Amino acid sequence: MNDFLKDFRNPEISSMLNNELSKYKDRTYRIMELCGTHTMSLFKSGVRDILPGNIKLISGPGCPVCVTPNYYMDNAVKLAMMKDVIVTTFGDLMRVPGNGKSLLEAKTDGADARVVYSPIDSLKVATENPDKKVVFLSVGFETTTPIVALTVKKAREEGINNFLILSGNKTMPAAIELLAMDKDVAIDGFFYPGHVCSVAGTEYARIISKKYGIPGVVAGFEPVDLLYAILELVKLINEGNGEVKNLYGRVVRDEGNLDAYNTMFEVFKPCDTVWRGIGNIPMSGLELREAYEAFDAWKVFDLKQNIDEKINGCICGEILKGLKEPSECPLFAKACTPNKPVGACMVSSEGSCAAHYKYGRNKNV
Amino acid sequence: MSEVITLAHGSGGTLTHELINKIFYKHFQNDLLDSENDAAVFNAEGKMAFTTDSFVITPVFFKGGNIGKISVCGTVNDLASMGAIPKYLSCGFIIEEGLKFSELERIVEAMAETAKKAGVKIVTGDTKVVGKGACDKVFINTAGIGFIPEGRVTGGNMAKPGDKVILTGFMGDHGTSILLEREDMGISADLSSDCAPLNGLVEKIYEVTSNAHVLRDPTRGGVATTLNEIASQSGVDIKLYEEKLPVRDEVQGICDMLGMEPIYMANEGKMLVIVPGDVSEKVLDAIRSHEYGVNAEIIGDVLESKSPRVLLKTYAGGTRVVDMLTGDQLPRIC
Repeated sequence: MNDFLKDFRNPEISSMLNNELSKYKDRTYRIMELCGTHTMSLFKSGVRDILPGNIKLISGPGCPVCVTPNYYMDNAVKLAMMKDVIVTTFGDLMRVPGNGKSLLEAKTDGADARVVYSPIDSLKVATENPDKKVVFLSVGFETTTPIVALTVKKAREEGINNFLILSGNKTMPAAIELLAMDKDVAIDGFFYPGHVCSVAGTEYARIISKKYGIPGVVAGFEPVDLLYAILELVKLINEGNGEVKNLYGRVVRDEGNLDAYNTMFEVFKPCDTVWRGIGNIPMSGLELREAYEAFDAWKVFDLKQNIDEKINGCICGEILKGLKEPSECPLFAKACTPNKPVGACMVSSEGSCAAHYKYGRNKNV
Repeated sequence: MSEVITLAHGSGGTLTHELINKIFYKHFQNDLLDSENDAAVFNAEGKMAFTTDSFVITPVFFKGGNIGKISVCGTVNDLASMGAIPKYLSCGFIIEEGLKFSELERIVEAMAETAKKAGVKIVTGDTKVVGKGACDKVFINTAGIGFIPEGRVTGGNMAKPGDKVILTGFMGDHGTSILLEREDMGISADLSSDCAPLNGLVEKIYEVTSNAHVLRDPTRGGVATTLNEIASQSGVDIKLYEEKLPVRDEVQGICDMLGMEPIYMANEGKMLVIVPGDVSEKVLDAIRSHEYGVNAEIIGDVLESKSPRVLLKTYAGGTRVVDMLTGDQLPRIC
């Protein structure tokens, strides 16, 4: 392994940090991570397993797939079933069910849905299939959206007129503020989303933390990053002044990535959107600006959004708000598994249910 | 000879004979095949192993091999996994019309070369040609027979508490390398498939012990899935140590970027070897003395269990479950 990574995965440093952390046993610390990659890394690295019992990690709504509403998937499947449409998507979305079939299931009925590794790849599909419309399923937070914005700009510059996007993009700050306000959720400290902050900066985090008196850290994703960030956050919680520390300085600058951020808002503007299980969070979504209307699959295909969507059966909402653990859901690991997911939290590799299923299940049998 | 294969090459007539003579007989040449009869005839006694596998891969040519090489390695390795000495292989080709002769010849050459390296003979075969779109360039099926020397008993149900788990080299090379080529991701990495026949390496193990409890090649689903199969067949826990898992920097880096895990990536030239603890160091040395086992490591322990599973002790010192692969690994959004 290269030396750089080795240091961030160093067992001695990890154990030193954990020893330090075990000194704070006087009270319970409820920490919410707001990034799906943190949820996964905390499990995968085994950090969750070694933490003292009084430190509770709650997985927030930090996975863009998990918060994608049913109506979005239903529209995606509808598009993919159209004869003259090819849907392109990141892999995670293929297995997500809406009210009906998932894209993967619809494929066996003749739907044309293809996995791409970058939105830009969709432009290649579009130029290779001039007689079809190619719709990219654009789902993601500040981390992903700038690349989609660039793709849309590129399509316009190059006159690729058979390329469109179905925007389900969201921005994090409004959702985080909602959780900060929610007395039931009762969070002591936030693990701000490292990759979102790399684009959006840390100012919004400082504002939320100050306003609600809930401190936070911006953290990296390796074991040493995670343990150090938890330790620092516990100290901040004890100081009690709602401060935010950026501990991921090797990637995150306080001002963020202005080029990426500005490109995003050049192409998109805020709109209302539904977060699966949570409901409509006003102005937390992104839609294409008028100048880019021709690329907007919602408008071109006249598709409907269901802003009042309710989900029956699974308790995604309570899980995403950290009110319940995945294992408390009656469907968990029974009717809902990664092979046959009911809710999106079980599908995405970064969903909290999938993480609990994959890494946490049966561990102490 | 024409440049591409046409439906007429599968008709059984003169073109079929031309194809067989100029490509298959030319490269596979051996006493059993050269008899030109309907079936290969040979003597056999003692315990035998028999296996088959079909190969439908995209791309057909990849860094480190091609479908021909992999079709011989796959069957040879399945036989070697039972402690058998692979002897005879059959091969069936389903060819899409339009495949270039030169491409078919490269595939057949690779099969012949790999068979020679593994010390096996390709003794019988069949060719069919199908219309455009009915298959993807070429599908190959191979079946193989091997002889199991007396005293060798091995199987997925034989892992016992106290055994050690050895992996014969870096994991995930094949799956990661193929992924890069297939998806044309514009990532350049010095990486190629590990595709290799492992019967020679298995014989090295039997030189130092007759007591190899489990031998299994972790192909699709990777090391994680194969070990889950073994844990469940044997009714044991298998505990792995993250710091012992041999992974190339390139594979780790690419997997980190795409949200995948090397432990689930396919291998085509690696073996998982489970042996009693007291011979494990000797077996490790024997494996490392073979060209395909230089980077072998002892990666874990077999433990008693009430409900079999695979566990991983992480760098951070925590322990977590390593589940079987569900469906395909899908690249994540962010």
